[in-house]
Amino acid sequence: MHIVVCVKQVPDWDIPPASFKVDEAAKKVVPPPGVAPVPSQFDAIAVEAAMRIKDAGADAKVTIMSLGAATARDVIKHGLAMGGDEGVLLVDDAFNDLDSTGTATVLAAAIKKLGDVDLVLTGRQAVDWDLGVTGTLIAGMLDAPVVTFAKAVSVSDGTVTVERVLPDAFETVEATLPAVVTVSNELGEPRYPKLQQIMAAARKQVNQWGAADLGLDPASLQPRLTLERLFVPVVDTKVEIMEGDTPEEQAMALARRLKEAKLI
Amino acid sequence: MPNGVLILADVVDGAVAPITAELVGAARRLNAGPVNAMVLGSGVEGAAAQVAGVEKTYVVDSPALAEYTTDAYTQAAAAVAQQADPAIILLGQTNVGRDLAPALAFKLGTAVAMDTIALEMKDGKLHTTRPAYGGNARAVNSFATAPAIATVRPKSQDPAEGGAPGQVVKVDAALAEPRAKVTARNVATAEGVRLEDAEVVVSGGRGLGGPEGFQGIEELAHVLGGAVGCSRAVADLGWRPVAEQVGLTGKVVSPTLYVAVAISGASQHMAGCAGSKNIVAINKDPEANIFKAARFGVVGDFKTVLPAFIEAVKKVKAEG
Repeated sequence: MHIVVCVKQVPDWDIPPASFKVDEAAKKVVPPPGVAPVPSQFDAIAVEAAMRIKDAGADAKVTIMSLGAATARDVIKHGLAMGGDEGVLLVDDAFNDLDSTGTATVLAAAIKKLGDVDLVLTGRQAVDWDLGVTGTLIAGMLDAPVVTFAKAVSVSDGTVTVERVLPDAFETVEATLPAVVTVSNELGEPRYPKLQQIMAAARKQVNQWGAADLGLDPASLQPRLTLERLFVPVVDTKVEIMEGDTPEEQAMALARRLKEAKLI
Repeated sequence: MPNGVLILADVVDGAVAPITAELVGAARRLNAGPVNAMVLGSGVEGAAAQVAGVEKTYVVDSPALAEYTTDAYTQAAAAVAQQADPAIILLGQTNVGRDLAPALAFKLGTAVAMDTIALEMKDGKLHTTRPAYGGNARAVNSFATAPAIATVRPKSQDPAEGGAPGQVVKVDAALAEPRAKVTARNVATAEGVRLEDAEVVVSGGRGLGGPEGFQGIEELAHVLGGAVGCSRAVADLGWRPVAEQVGLTGKVVSPTLYVAVAISGASQHMAGCAGSKNIVAINKDPEANIFKAARFGVVGDFKTVLPAFIEAVKKVKAEG
């Protein structure tokens, strides 16, 4: 079977909140100097989900696909090092600043171009925009069922079985392939590639496609959702730190203060 | 011409859930034309007649909708949208809304903004504000297509008060067999108050060192009459159930009092608790990010501060 995992390259999300900055005029995030972009957290977990399907014995080819800047080749390489077989890099000026619909249009076109895809895995949401929409849109464009928020994904006999995470429950969902599944963090941590695998990844095939290769007219990628403003909300709480020479004094000061504030 | 606002009313166990009044409130405050509701489910006509503050309540009542499935609910919602022709559709960012809204947007050929916390009309167009970048940023979006679809974060909007129930309008929808079938569901029986509804939450982080560290958290929660929460690291390590995780991919809580013990305040966690009216932080690191969001704090080791605080609270409460 053929599995495609869509991985997005994003500014490093694991930075101290105080280091997070936005250029409001450009409506873009300004990463701290020297901090390289990374695979979106849930997309890396989606690669892990694909690897577990392989580990379980499925005769699966895994394609790591990324739409982005030329540097997105790095997240493809990371996916290949985790055990992916081939990569597809989607780069074009027409692909800059796409909204979810535009992104899904390009990814779906690339998946159709590959021709024989059984399962598409994505993260539940990209950790930059946190929308959680693209996976479902890809499914719509492929006319395939989508199952969201997977904590476990297994495949057998043309069926994908997904354990889904609900706020206060778990449910098991089955869908016939081809299907799209979005993956949540409850699936577990992505495996860390060994040096040998990182080196092997450099020799794996990565195809690069642009709008023309996909038969896409850039005019069809006009955003439906427009970004009007991006900003960092000002948090102006001034914390009252409780005084005390001992933990008992600090604790009592806190309890009294909360009582005064009618919170206990 | 698309006109007015259509909200997805949530019916749970035959009653209208609180998110519904919040959506009606937000919809009415937009002043963007008539506000109508839709109820999707099986045996829901009775509850539909209770949705207040709207002109019409469209109902698709079918056994095929007894349990939520993406396909059947998308078809049902699209059938209502076709009949009601709204300019704006609002759903809650709930278990159903976060799965349904993108599918509905695709079916209607339009865009969706997810997990919005503010909505307003500007020059006759809907503008939504939503958290992005793990809660570090806010994005304001507008829509180039109609209807504009948005999911709304629970407890971010003041509920509508009163208002007459809408006129119930039954809608027939052709519902094909869903392509994804639920074969099993197991509900975690939550003891006590649901985390999202709790007025007090006591939350512990990885700094507690292990599951035993949560004995003090549980005791403090009990004394304060609150619920227990935890950081994602704690849930990932298996010290506490996933259902207690507060954060961007866990529960979003908005209690009156949120006590964060040994929690650094990483943005993914803050995304879950920043809606709290009062945050109290106990942490031994004075530079911890949690202190930037907290109203009250103690810089100290939970091992000594927490037991002392539990005793102090008991004493102060006993004083009446």
